[in-house]
Amino acid sequence: MSMSSSAQLASQDIDISTGAISPIRNYSGKILTLLSGVFVAAIIIPLIWVLWDVIGEGVKQLSWQTFTETRYPAPGLTEGGFGHAIVGSLMVLATGAALSFPFGILAAVYLSEFGRGTRLAYLVKFSCNVLTGVPAILCGLFAYAVVVRGSGFSAFSGGIALGVLMLPIVIRSTEEALLLVSPDMRLASIGLGSTRFQTTMRIVLPAAAPAIVTGLILALARATGEAAPLLFTSFNNNFWSTNLFGPVATLPVMIYVFSKIPFEAQRQLAWAGALVLLALVLAASVLSRYVVHKTKK
Amino acid sequence: MSSADRNYDSLQEDISIERKMDTSRALDVGFVRLTLLLAGFAGIILIWVVLQTTEAALPAIQKFGLGFLFTTRWNPVEDIYGVLPQIYGTLMTSLVALIFAIPLGIGTAIFLTEDFVPKWITTPISFAIELIVAIPSVVLGLWGIFVLIPAVRPVFEAINRSMQWFPLLAGPRPRGTSLLIVALVLSIMICPIIVSITRSTFESLPRSLRDGALALGATRWETIMTVMIPAGLSGIVSSIMLAMGRALGETMVAAMLSGNANRISISLMQPGSTITGLIASQFGEAGRTQVAALMYAGVVLMVMSLLVNVLAEFIIRKFQNLQQAN
Repeated sequence: MSMSSSAQLASQDIDISTGAISPIRNYSGKILTLLSGVFVAAIIIPLIWVLWDVIGEGVKQLSWQTFTETRYPAPGLTEGGFGHAIVGSLMVLATGAALSFPFGILAAVYLSEFGRGTRLAYLVKFSCNVLTGVPAILCGLFAYAVVVRGSGFSAFSGGIALGVLMLPIVIRSTEEALLLVSPDMRLASIGLGSTRFQTTMRIVLPAAAPAIVTGLILALARATGEAAPLLFTSFNNNFWSTNLFGPVATLPVMIYVFSKIPFEAQRQLAWAGALVLLALVLAASVLSRYVVHKTKK
Repeated sequence: MSSADRNYDSLQEDISIERKMDTSRALDVGFVRLTLLLAGFAGIILIWVVLQTTEAALPAIQKFGLGFLFTTRWNPVEDIYGVLPQIYGTLMTSLVALIFAIPLGIGTAIFLTEDFVPKWITTPISFAIELIVAIPSVVLGLWGIFVLIPAVRPVFEAINRSMQWFPLLAGPRPRGTSLLIVALVLSIMICPIIVSITRSTFESLPRSLRDGALALGATRWETIMTVMIPAGLSGIVSSIMLAMGRALGETMVAAMLSGNANRISISLMQPGSTITGLIASQFGEAGRTQVAALMYAGVVLMVMSLLVNVLAEFIIRKFQNLQQAN
């Protein structure tokens, strides 16, 4: 358009606001923007769809009895619940937490407080990051090879599998939490004459506590939903059992087993179990997000 | 031992500075050594997992050798074991899942970093994407069996009818359980990984890169395509590697939706099997030789996932070093 106009009129004719960007560039940009919006929808829709079905189907079955009954329904019958599976899950998780939490926190203390920048710290961090990516089912195979081969299926071996699963998460999140503590606090503490032990225990760990606890909750949430490492460690149990060294029922394994059984009662129980699991892990991630949000302020 | 009535001579014996220092120093040194020991042990666990699994697989490794990787039969009755169909299933489901997830993940990461829509819309979206990561895979598997498979079966049948010439989609009428449905659910699971890492990569790029491109007259999308994506490529690639590692090792979705067929079928519309699905579905009732064979399958899976994860880790570290150098 500016080509046809004469030199004198240029100042009136040239439209700076649209001249540089041709319609093709303009529209292709708009199409790409739209496309990225469609991609977002494509990710969000499955989430809503899953939540919709799990809540809808789960609520139908969920009753007081589901939690208090401590044996699965026999095939073809409807009487039963998963109270014992919740207890079993708690046993396995508690074992895993007891093994991995103190271990992971102290190892992270070394990485962040005493060994920062050393070759060992680098190697440990590298190996932890790789361990995070190791498939959960291999933690189960490991626990099988270490414990189950000798002493049979047990809640304890399931705890070992989940402990191996949680350990790298605990180490990483704790280390990140410790790095957030201001170096001034450490220097002040050491300047007042406290030892490294006192500084760590009385100053650094308490200061990082909210972030550390968040990491621990996330690690627990991750382990709560895992069925793969438990399939051949804590195995499954139709009945009530609190024996740490015998097989126990757990919620994730229950969902897996019942999803393959063609009985309506079991299927309903699987949906109810899915709802309980989902509620637990979503609550954990909402909680952790809230804590992170609060500490950032 | 108040200091007022202390005289000069007794000072050296009385004040037990040395002794106190000793206990508290011993505690201090002990504590540091304990953390050192545990950190070292944490570093060794990965090696322990590898060695212990390999040890348990040893009988099968000696018996079947590398032929295990190329045998297409899994027959506990005759004790013939091979994982070629499972390797095919594992690789294909992961690759197809990535084909879906890469554009979705990068597109969403761009959407969340650019200010296309106000912040009060992007914040809940990024929260929702974080929630997807939290959904237990066994719940997704349950949903896949009872909701997704019935929903997509007509679509699968239509595609299968019209695409008979294409080997990956051919075969008899699909029933639903198939490698393709596994890949679909896997892509839901791995999208958030790509989104979160790609997004933080974009956010960590220097502002001047973007300003420079815009000042030269590039449109917003030209800036993204020609400047942002190339500059953040290593971050994007490592996010893809991590997502692939997750897809390779995902067990419950594969065990519940793949159909666990122990034969090789090229078509993704037909029931197949993955290494993880094989281990999960066979381990419960496995005899001695079969357990060793399943352990061997686990070792194969471990090698695959270690390769992917170590590579991802190196790319991330290299990227971090570059950033620090700049």
